[in-house]
Amino acid sequence: MRLYAVVAAGGFRRYATYRTATAAGVFTNTVFGFIMAYTYTALWDERPQLGGYDMSQALTYVWLGQALLMTCAMMGGGFEDELIERIRTGDVAVDLYRPADLQLWWMAGDLGRAAFHLLGRGIVPMLLGSLAFDLALPASPGIWLAFLVSVALGVLVSFAIRYLVALSAFWLLDGAGVAQMTSLAGMFFSGMLLPLTLFPGVLGDVARVLPWSSLLQVPADVLLGKSTGWGLVEAYAFQGGWALTLLLVGRSVQSVATRRVVVQGG
Amino acid sequence: MPAVVFVERSRFVEGVRAYGLIAAMWLRSTMAYRASFAMTAFGNFAVTAFDFVAILLMFQHVDALGGYTLPEIALLYGASGTAFGLADLVMGSMDRLGRRVRDGTLDTLLVRPAPVLAQVAADRFALRRMGRITQGALVLGYALVTLDIDWTPLKAAMIVLMLLSGAAIFAAVFVAGAAFQFVAQDASEVQNSFTYGGNTLLQYPPSIFGKDLVRGVTFVVPLAFVNWLPALYVLGRDYPLDLPEWVAFLPPVVAGLCWLLAGLAWRRGLRAYRSTGS
Repeated sequence: MRLYAVVAAGGFRRYATYRTATAAGVFTNTVFGFIMAYTYTALWDERPQLGGYDMSQALTYVWLGQALLMTCAMMGGGFEDELIERIRTGDVAVDLYRPADLQLWWMAGDLGRAAFHLLGRGIVPMLLGSLAFDLALPASPGIWLAFLVSVALGVLVSFAIRYLVALSAFWLLDGAGVAQMTSLAGMFFSGMLLPLTLFPGVLGDVARVLPWSSLLQVPADVLLGKSTGWGLVEAYAFQGGWALTLLLVGRSVQSVATRRVVVQGG
Repeated sequence: MPAVVFVERSRFVEGVRAYGLIAAMWLRSTMAYRASFAMTAFGNFAVTAFDFVAILLMFQHVDALGGYTLPEIALLYGASGTAFGLADLVMGSMDRLGRRVRDGTLDTLLVRPAPVLAQVAADRFALRRMGRITQGALVLGYALVTLDIDWTPLKAAMIVLMLLSGAAIFAAVFVAGAAFQFVAQDASEVQNSFTYGGNTLLQYPPSIFGKDLVRGVTFVVPLAFVNWLPALYVLGRDYPLDLPEWVAFLPPVVAGLCWLLAGLAWRRGLRAYRSTGS
């Protein structure tokens, strides 16, 4: 346990090193936040209460999306590129000899990364957004706490998906194509482009039950007070269920994949 | 004086030649993995297509956004997307400059007998970026077919002019952004805000944005000349900020000015460059 805490702290520090890049990222998130906030304003001006959100809730949703984009790695980015490279070059064999579990090792690092991005690239755009627009931020610390738990579960789901993407490199060697497809799915089905409640008919139903909705739609609804009481339990169960399922799939794929490494002889 | 003109021109020709050679080399290397090329080109197409899907989803709920109909927004979207795609194809690699400054590989380019700008721009030339151009052009085509426009020769010429000047303006932003990276080495995201962010902004009509934002992208970073002003002329719509009608014809001038400034910034950046020594 201690080992993974150290790895997580390392993941945090690693991203904290790049201060200019973080500042530049905050700038980007803010610019996109403004552009999207204006388009949402135009949309909600025409149709107040669209998708079950009022104007200030919709604007909060926009800025939450910017704050969580990197935290939940909705478009990918993070450890998977590195792991794919290690699988391609065979360096992963070294990782397998370590007295640590491969999946937990990378998960710890990714949790550290997510924690840094939440603080480094989440808070400032959210503050700037709340200065420029009228946001529906909850006053109750309980809701904020519930939201943070939901974000943590979202990060786990995100990790589990990207871990599977990385493992695909054991078979494909070049993981770029799969990573790109996953990043497209992540952007679309997380609700980053538009809240999933605005997706029509079957597309909306499907989008809401896919794992990616755990990355933005579900945490956003928790913060906006849409999931309370049993609703909150359901939201957690949904996210936790996906996290557990995908992590277990990752585990079994990993054991098949590592047998391949042994067969090849490194 | 003629000698100077000769030298300038030959440097330009030399740059284009170097660009062509390097681009051809990268083209051959990416074509070695055709399946990967096809997949990434499709990805490039799809990533921007989702932006338009989002607009289509919005129009499931409304008939107009900021007073503009779907075909009208499609015209803005298609024009900006195509112009940006063209700039991205030719100059899109400029955002790798920061990394080259950091790891010192820019030095290699400095000792080669070819203009550095051409070398950086052609670095990892990626034909898959055609995906973006294709997507923008399809939406533009849809807009032109659906819209009920009183076509005049001037308006038809304006479409072509808009795409070319728009691409040139975006390309100048790419160069200026790269020049900025000589100073701020790992801040390529700032450049992305102006290129990708600018493109996203221009996909929507100016009427939905705040006055100050519109002023900023008209007079400071003149992105409004990429598509807003020429497209609004074609559509016969009022311009933002009560600008006079003739400004719609300024994009080539603005593009030239942008290139001049970006070129100066690039020179300054390159002169100030000090190798990491690694």
